[in-house]
Amino acid sequence: MSTAPPSPWPQFLLGTRLFLPVAVSIAAYGLVWGVLAGQAGLSVLEVVLMSGLVYAGASQFVALDLWTPGALPIGTIVIAVGIVNLRMLLMSATLRPLFAGVPRGRALAMMFLVTDEQWALTIAEMRRGRGSVAFMAGVGVLAWITWVGSTLVGRLLGAVIADPATYGLDFAFIATFIALVLGMWRGRGDVVPWLAAALIAILTARYVPGQWYVVTGGLGGSLVGAIAEHRRSAAHAA
Amino acid sequence: MPLDSALAILGMALITFAIRAGGFLIAGRLPETGFVAAWLRHIPAAVLIALIAPAVANGGPPEWLAAAVAVLAYVLSRNVFATILMGVLAVFVARQLLGA
Repeated sequence: MSTAPPSPWPQFLLGTRLFLPVAVSIAAYGLVWGVLAGQAGLSVLEVVLMSGLVYAGASQFVALDLWTPGALPIGTIVIAVGIVNLRMLLMSATLRPLFAGVPRGRALAMMFLVTDEQWALTIAEMRRGRGSVAFMAGVGVLAWITWVGSTLVGRLLGAVIADPATYGLDFAFIATFIALVLGMWRGRGDVVPWLAAALIAILTARYVPGQWYVVTGGLGGSLVGAIAEHRRSAAHAA
Repeated sequence: MPLDSALAILGMALITFAIRAGGFLIAGRLPETGFVAAWLRHIPAAVLIALIAPAVANGGPPEWLAAAVAVLAYVLSRNVFATILMGVLAVFVARQLLGA
């Protein structure tokens, strides 16, 4: 006598339920991104395709900065997006234990759903000894629908909201990333690399045309952090 | 849709999925200690800071004030939505008052 495998639905629904408050935040900056996308010259179809296929908010904001219809710097956009999203390499790596026994193809397809917020909630469940592929799917599907839906609504509303700066909406992007960065705070060891990243980015933005400040600040700040950590552990060992 | 838009979106989608899938594939082979591990750990926050620092610095008093309000809102609430709300509200009010 064999028992049926447990249904994945309770875990899927648990994921969507726990993610609901975070989905509200995503919808807020998704709306803003949609409005800004319209101003950058993206069509409704382009908004849906980019949000649905790229599905990575931070990098989509960077892409808007580089979006010059008629003469798109495709290579620059793709490289900038890649560098901004490099952090996801570490995120999907830490999710691997969840996929023991899952066929590789299906596991890789699931990696499409990895985002900052989705990863944070799933990894928190895993650390409590819970979490499952179905839970991760529940979170991810709700997050994807929220992102694509809210960016589409923002793009459609964009015709009504002429200038987001009038309502301070241009600041939503900055406020969102302030919150995401502060959520990554691990202790005083972060002070030096964070200041270095900001300083290098500001100086690069002042003296180098284009969006290279994302690259120089991101790589420079993280290198400074690694060097500082390395020297501390060397001093500790001595 | 113009061809260059389609190509840019396709390129963005491919590189982003390659990173997501790549992390899964090389899990276990990433160093867990040492210089490279420390460097990788510092990348996410450094990239996000580099993204916004010039926009804040090159703004004016309303943007500086709103950034401070957003930091405070996050420290007090630990909530992304509250941080966005307070930051946007602060920049809106400050621009009205300071006439920027």
